[in-house]
Amino acid sequence: MSFTVEKAIKWLEKINEKIQENKQYLTKLDQPIGDGDHGINMARGFQEVVTIVNEKEYDTVSDVMKATAMTVMSKVGGASGPLYGTAFLKMSLAFKEKEVIDDATFIHGLEEALNGIKQRGRAIHGEKTLVDVWEPVVNKLKQENNFQADLILNTAKAAMEKTKETMATKGRAAYFKENSIGHIDPGSASSFYLFEALAEVLEEEK
Amino acid sequence: MGYVGIVLISHSEKVACGIKDIIRQVIQDVPVEVAGGTDDGKIGTSMDRISAAIECADQNKGILLFYDLGSAKMNAELAIEMSEKENIKLAEAPLLEGSYVGAVESSMGKSIAEIIDTLNKNF
Repeated sequence: MSFTVEKAIKWLEKINEKIQENKQYLTKLDQPIGDGDHGINMARGFQEVVTIVNEKEYDTVSDVMKATAMTVMSKVGGASGPLYGTAFLKMSLAFKEKEVIDDATFIHGLEEALNGIKQRGRAIHGEKTLVDVWEPVVNKLKQENNFQADLILNTAKAAMEKTKETMATKGRAAYFKENSIGHIDPGSASSFYLFEALAEVLEEEK
Repeated sequence: MGYVGIVLISHSEKVACGIKDIIRQVIQDVPVEVAGGTDDGKIGTSMDRISAAIECADQNKGILLFYDLGSAKMNAELAIEMSEKENIKLAEAPLLEGSYVGAVESSMGKSIAEIIDTLNKNF
């Protein structure tokens, strides 16, 4: 695969579609264990991302990721703004000065994004945060060294569902202690949409 | 001669403004800027608002940022990283009590390092 500006924009548009469709659902997930604004925040931010990436011409994927990062940081709000913003910023840096973004480069970009999220949120795997989805996906991709749609989709889905059984020890959900068990983590759900969108972009390429 | 600037970051604009009122009853000269709520006036924090407050609070003596819950810290850290300025620090102290102590110290002409030291001793 070669990840182009066109594909990057397609990816962002698909993320936005999924977020808009599931805005209520994301908010519903955030209500029992958070502040109930995840769906609204993500919907507002990604709508703006789609507007911005279509408004201007971009020469590189790195530039698209950077514009996305800046928009997400200032428009999403909540903890998701800085976390997803950092993820896209790290991808932008990883893709900088790369003529062609092949599988290995893209996987490296996702790994950098994961590291950025962990650093920003001071989070590790298993704390019921979006790291619980990002880390298994990145590890799986690295391990298989293969950028396959169904691999991404299945790993992300299983990882998201697993957060239901996890007790939150990070973020505001952690204040609910064992009462946080039984709910899917909203950030993990939105991260699943991000990977589902990526899988669809890869699938279309076939 | 300038003072160390104080930035109050809260999920609520009312909270940030209320704390500023409390400080202003006692301290008038020190720059105290608020970054409360989201850009559309809702509950949350905004990196853009924090960045704007940092600009306004700057008197070339450093700026201390006080924050409340969750995303406030992450957005504050982002704003620090995005800023070209040096000597912006995140204060690890309660928003109200910490910023009050910080403002008093700043009004006495203390440096940012001295203020952080006092905060670390008090909280």
